[in-house]
Amino acid sequence: MAQFKKRSSGATTEIPVVALPDIVFILLIFFMVTTVIRSVDLKVQVQFTQAKNIEKITQKRLVSYIYVGPMKTPGPGEGKVAIQIDDAIIEDIEVIQSIMYEKYQDQPKLIVSLRVDENVKSGIVLDIQKELKQAGTLRINYSALQEQREG
Amino acid sequence: MFRKRESRVSAEIPGSSLADIAFLLLVFFLVATSFNTDSGIGLVLPPPPQENQPPPQINDRNMLSILVNGQGLVSIEEELTPMSQVKRKVKEFITNRGQDPKLSESPENAVVSIKTARETTYSVYIDMLDRVIGAYKEVRNAVSMRKYGKPFTALPDNSEAQETIEDLIPRQISIAEPAES
Repeated sequence: MAQFKKRSSGATTEIPVVALPDIVFILLIFFMVTTVIRSVDLKVQVQFTQAKNIEKITQKRLVSYIYVGPMKTPGPGEGKVAIQIDDAIIEDIEVIQSIMYEKYQDQPKLIVSLRVDENVKSGIVLDIQKELKQAGTLRINYSALQEQREG
Repeated sequence: MFRKRESRVSAEIPGSSLADIAFLLLVFFLVATSFNTDSGIGLVLPPPPQENQPPPQINDRNMLSILVNGQGLVSIEEELTPMSQVKRKVKEFITNRGQDPKLSESPENAVVSIKTARETTYSVYIDMLDRVIGAYKEVRNAVSMRKYGKPFTALPDNSEAQETIEDLIPRQISIAEPAES
């Protein structure tokens, strides 16, 4: 009987859902392009400070991060202030010089992004800067959020 | 019997599970990635001093020494200064051009030195750096307005105009070693 056409699905869909996977794939590609997979497991807590004269780093390939902050503790309260580079907590400050020197050899235009918690004492940051100077990585960037209010 | 095959031209791949797969991948990427907030204050450190070279002699008037102690109190040239006055004083220092004998001879010679104590909170240090950079930006904007009719921030990147202003008002900020106290 040619008059009876078998309907493959019983539900009558008003909205054409054929395009839905396309929309979702476009969203997916957007996220793949604009974000980075955060592979670094942050062992220290970093609360950024705010500043008005912020520059955006345009070349993300050139950036290497140093995180400084109190260590994340399972319970309440804060741990000791620690330095983290690429997943590893740095015990000895002098090691920073050799690590950053190696990175500098790989990429002479290296920019070091210092992600320091706002309540950390400056002494440790100045020590890190001294090591960076010795390693030759002079381009640094202090990570901060854009300040909204008038200072 | 000829079965009409054209009516079965509907998708080989079931469309509904394709949407499911796409949603799953999307959720994965939403969870596993983050927008990189790479903004901050850029600075170029001075190269480390050579062992045998003495530090360069700078005329005292050409160096503005800003000290921040552990409690966050600021003193400029040994004078206690509230935070709100810092930017104004730095601008006065840079644009002095020899008028006041205690301030700089010219913007090219002017060096702003920021010295913090080891106990100073990082946010205070960055705030200070921010204000000094703000002072430089305002001075550069003023000079650029006079020369080119546009503020420095409106000049096109890497243009000759921008370089000229950067040479006239170089951002010479020195981060001094903390005093061992």
